[in-house]
Amino acid sequence: MSDELLYSEPEEDLRAAVADLLATRAPWSAVLARTGTSEPYDADLWKALGAGIGAAGLVVPESLGGAGASLREAAVVAEELGKAVAPVPFLGNLTATALLLALRESGAGDAADEHLRRIATGEQTAAVAIPFSTPPDWTTIGSLSVTPWPPSAEVHEARLTGRVTSVADALPADVLVVPADGSIYVVPASEARREPVTSLDMTRVLCDIEFDDTPAELLTIGYEPLRLALLAAAAVLASEQLGLAERCLDLTVEYVKTRRQFGRAVGSYQGLKHRLAQLWVQIAQARAVARHAASATGDEQAIAVAVAQAHCSTVAVQAAEECVQMHGGIGFTWEHPAHLYLKRAKSASLALGGPSRHRRRLAELVNLPPSAPTR
Amino acid sequence: MPPLTAPTAPHDLENQIRGFLAAHDPHTTARLDFLRARFDAGLAWLHYPPGLGGQSLPRGLQPAAERAFAEAGAPDNDPRRIGIGLGMAAPTILAYGTDEQKQRWLRPLWCGEEVWCQLFSEPGAGSDLAALATRAVRDSGDWVVNGQKVWTSMAHEARWAILVARTDPDVPKHQGLTYFVLDMTTPGVEVRPLRQLTGEAEFNEVFLTDVRIPDAHRLGAVGDGWRVAQTTLMNERVAIGGGATPREGGMIGMLAETWRTRPEVRDPASHDRLMQLWVAGEAARLTGQRLSAQLAAGQPGPEGSAAKYAFATLNQQVSGLELDLLGEEGLRYDDWTMRRPDTVDFVGRSPGYRYLRSKGNSIEGGTSEILLNIIAERVLGLPGEIRADKDVPWKDLPR
Ligand SMILES: Cc1cc2nc3c(=O)[nH]c(=O)nc-3n(C[C@H](O)[C@H](O)[C@H](O)COP(=O)(O)OP(=O)(O)OC[C@H]3O[C@@H](n4cnc5c(N)ncnc54)[C@H](O)[C@@H]3O)c2cc1C
Repeated sequence: MSDELLYSEPEEDLRAAVADLLATRAPWSAVLARTGTSEPYDADLWKALGAGIGAAGLVVPESLGGAGASLREAAVVAEELGKAVAPVPFLGNLTATALLLALRESGAGDAADEHLRRIATGEQTAAVAIPFSTPPDWTTIGSLSVTPWPPSAEVHEARLTGRVTSVADALPADVLVVPADGSIYVVPASEARREPVTSLDMTRVLCDIEFDDTPAELLTIGYEPLRLALLAAAAVLASEQLGLAERCLDLTVEYVKTRRQFGRAVGSYQGLKHRLAQLWVQIAQARAVARHAASATGDEQAIAVAVAQAHCSTVAVQAAEECVQMHGGIGFTWEHPAHLYLKRAKSASLALGGPSRHRRRLAELVNLPPSAPTR
Repeated sequence: MPPLTAPTAPHDLENQIRGFLAAHDPHTTARLDFLRARFDAGLAWLHYPPGLGGQSLPRGLQPAAERAFAEAGAPDNDPRRIGIGLGMAAPTILAYGTDEQKQRWLRPLWCGEEVWCQLFSEPGAGSDLAALATRAVRDSGDWVVNGQKVWTSMAHEARWAILVARTDPDVPKHQGLTYFVLDMTTPGVEVRPLRQLTGEAEFNEVFLTDVRIPDAHRLGAVGDGWRVAQTTLMNERVAIGGGATPREGGMIGMLAETWRTRPEVRDPASHDRLMQLWVAGEAARLTGQRLSAQLAAGQPGPEGSAAKYAFATLNQQVSGLELDLLGEEGLRYDDWTMRRPDTVDFVGRSPGYRYLRSKGNSIEGGTSEILLNIIAERVLGLPGEIRADKDVPWKDLPR
């Protein structure tokens, strides 16, 4: 079973294809230049990645026109996207896909299939309308109200009202999968009002979504599929964080080898050298836990994902912070890519729960209670 | 407001301030007139000598004096706007300037009439400042300066700069430097904005092309620039990390406020982290206060490096935790617009801004790594790194 921690040959091929595309279409200078524009997401790049390479329908079953891959392949794509901080809605689309797949298992049938088919061809991009900070073990029901109430499996038409804030990857989406008041609906994105948010992460711009008696279609009653989707998203995010950390380490190592002060490469000073070596150790561990999280199933998945999020979030932030610090003044400027990574890393560490929340969840899962039981 | 634990002003200082306020009603006196009069009365920086805005009193009295003026509604000199002048240029001018130089520069500096900037760092010389390449060549009564400086905070606002340049390339790097004061309006000075990761451009690149500086604007002896610059750097570190602040006066205060007013962000693990940082903040604050009391006489030593190191580390940890606590709100930023701020603002604006701006704290004014080297080598006396470049004439150094 330890092979699951390695990369398979097809995975390496997929990685190479994505890396090639990103190297030509999303060098950091282009990513930076886009941040100031009214098009924070790169639609052409997403087309080439999603429809061209097939990343959009990666985990959609072959019977519905997808590649029928697992989260492991999705995680490899995410690694490369993390390295490039590429502005494409891969993670959001994947989360929505995982949600539709989970719905399918729970018997939501045709409606979900139709959406999955269109995702697989790249005809439509989907996002889940939920704050990006939402953890997988989310328990509240959200901020939207639904009519008619209560929902019934016979009546599929509903109307949603209310506001969801800080949603990731919804700006370029065509369709929104919307958790509302304990059930899951689908809404054409054009029916809701989406307002871009000035986001800490300039390469994954969030939006606030306003529903105002907006027509929606009921997919299923209950939130269990949402939990599974967020767990999948958190697993894949860990790999994105791994990729980001790797790139930060690479950039930094390269810089400290060539930057000279006091007549020596600054990388020759132990004060830097040991920290970079430690970072390498942390990243090697991040790779193992991220691989495990992308592979694990059943009861182990929740544990593996909590471990991966708790570890990889922290490592990515540390790598980006070290990248800024070890570049000195140049690392503090807009014209150097370090800040793109710093902003992505810090934001990602607040996404899908954050490390502290995942540690708390883990404590429950592995039976390490925080305090003595009350009698 | 928690109480200030600095020593209270002695009776006669209180009387002096009261008398001054009676003679110069802060509500009817024009701001600049008020500040100039305060300087002339020796009530500006109390530890400066008489005639230069002070009375040679202990530094520890300053906070109480500031409080008395603030309580009376008096205008201040907007220290965030003129931090480089107050914290770095002024103590250097005081230590090395001629009487004439002190008379010319200190009063408008303290009153905020003239903003100062620091032209030290260069693209090739940051941590290794002594390796700098900007050349100053003597030409009768002037110096002609050519070179490029970088990361110059507030150069776009500054009337004057403190500048270190190479006057003798034939001696080892520390020996061939000379320290100048540069009028930023001189022909040949070109200031270009450099945008930083917060979105704005608080610092600049400064290009110097055949810039003429009169010899009368040299601070200290020719070739003594390194020693003079040390005074600036030691004071810079104290200015950034030291000084008397009230409890919860720094960034920790904002985090504490968030915690108190927003119960929904609280959880036990974060609480312990908050309290660790609160203790670290209090320890740094008291150490800074102790340092400024020790500074009553003379110039700061390498201990200032410890204060600045602690300040940078703490700011980064505190602002990082603030974002963690805020969760969804932390994903949002206030504004990426490219601006030209007129103050250096470590703590203002939003939590996201604080997180990003504090990344500069461990780089500006000497990186944290360099400060730790200073503590290890100059305080603890540990052997230094092997330095092949120390005794070689600067012109022969590989670059
Ligand atoms: C916000 C900000 C404002 C600034 N304002 C000014 C200003 O107004 N005026 C001015 O003159 N300068 C200013 N600076 C420049 C600042 O002083 C330099 O950036 C700093 O001294 C580091 O120099 P560097 O950028 O060349 O980095 P480098 O010296 O190239 O350092 C790169 C990395 O190597 C490390 N390193 C270098 N030498 C050693 C060593 N011996 N041992 C261990 N590690 C080492 C550093 O710590 C750093 O992590 C400012 C910088 C910032 C970020």
